[in-house]
Amino acid sequence: MIHFVVHEPGDVVGVVVVEGVKAGTDLIGWVMDGDSTVNIKAESDIPIGHKIALQDMKTGDTIIKYGVDIGKVVAPIKKGEHTHVQNVKTKRW
Amino acid sequence: MINLKEATFMGYRRENGRMGIRNHVIILPLDDLSNAACEAVANNIKGTVAIPHPYGRLQFGADLELHFRTLIGAGCNPNVAGVVVIGIEPQWTKIVVDGIKASGKPVEGFWIEGNGDTATIASASKAAYSMMKHASKQQRVSAPLSELWVSTKCGESDTTSGCASNPTVGNAFDKLYDIGSTLVFGETTELTGGEHLVEARCRTPEVKKKFRAMFDRYQDVVEKNKTSDLSDSQPTKGNIAGGLTTIEEKALGNIQKIGKKCIVDGVLDKAETPTIPGLHFMDSSSAAAEMVTLCAAAGFAAHFFPTGQGNVIGNPILPVIKLCANPKTVRTMSEHIDVDVSGILRREENLDTAGEKLLDALLRTANGELTAAEILGHREFVMTRLYESA
Repeated sequence: MIHFVVHEPGDVVGVVVVEGVKAGTDLIGWVMDGDSTVNIKAESDIPIGHKIALQDMKTGDTIIKYGVDIGKVVAPIKKGEHTHVQNVKTKRW
Repeated sequence: MINLKEATFMGYRRENGRMGIRNHVIILPLDDLSNAACEAVANNIKGTVAIPHPYGRLQFGADLELHFRTLIGAGCNPNVAGVVVIGIEPQWTKIVVDGIKASGKPVEGFWIEGNGDTATIASASKAAYSMMKHASKQQRVSAPLSELWVSTKCGESDTTSGCASNPTVGNAFDKLYDIGSTLVFGETTELTGGEHLVEARCRTPEVKKKFRAMFDRYQDVVEKNKTSDLSDSQPTKGNIAGGLTTIEEKALGNIQKIGKKCIVDGVLDKAETPTIPGLHFMDSSSAAAEMVTLCAAAGFAAHFFPTGQGNVIGNPILPVIKLCANPKTVRTMSEHIDVDVSGILRREENLDTAGEKLLDALLRTANGELTAAEILGHREFVMTRLYESA
């Protein structure tokens, strides 16, 4: 049973792929590239399809997913927290 | 494993040699004013398909050229056996009729001015009747799978699209590319943040330069017209509800559709028909129905449409095969999903087996099995406009 997936080993976020993840749940993640697993505790309720932080991040940090820059941190994020529009923005446009 | 090199499908060989997988007689309005007459003809002659749209008056320049190219391309699509064109006046109607005539298929034009709706409907119905007779006599014949042109565009994407359903299309595209298929992707603004990855896949410096020029032009349109950082439009509300946060994240998911091996062999303008096999990039809107309509107009005969949150799109000419990896969407919107690849995110299947499943669905669709969108009557035909009418 996996709860979230990570595209590449260097990514700082994973994607929750099951419904009903609640704060405090111990989660197992699958790193697709390399086929390894990672364990993490959810610090927020996270809907299916939404991202979980794999490490602490501070404002101004870059979010790496697919091994590529997908935006900047605009509010501090703790490992295990829901990572979305409330704490991440585009660097484009 | 499907042996793609040996794989064949039963389709319709058109007069110009192209292979289609549907046998539609379409009733095509030149303009908004002719929609009612077209719908009346389609009501009279069972099995014909009217394709109403809201444009075609007072357009000019490149926008008018695109209008003609889209209508002519739709008529020439190999999924179409015959075309009745109805316009408000004869001159522009004839431009579309003559354009379609070049494909060699039956086409007739009618106009309303000087005739009125009822007389136009009567004469156009007679033509449609003959074309249905003609179409019904066409037999499916065998052709190699490489003769089936396949397009792709995703919609109502979420993070599961980038994790699983888009890479499944990528896997299938890599395999189709290997047998010499003709393929297309597009969605110019939805490459933002990953444009360097597409550039790196271009076959020649010329292709790369052309791609870059199209990408930069579209970025200028965004820069010139935006009133915010576009976060209200890209990602869409549906994308954000599905967990996508930024355009870059969406773009990287989007690019998974071109697989790991395909090379970008050509770059096409909107609704432009490719002249060589291989993978093509088409400059296009990222709005689903606009992009799929442009693919139909460029001559593509089957479409892969990965969705996350559950886009329900179809097209009157181009069968749209939907795949989805989000288990919630597969559960709540099952009647819209042709291929369920949610097993990837449970680690029950891999991209290779999912790609095979999609190719199996492609072959079944090519042989005549109806897609979810066809059964549900989704016929979204949306023409791209470049600017205001004169």
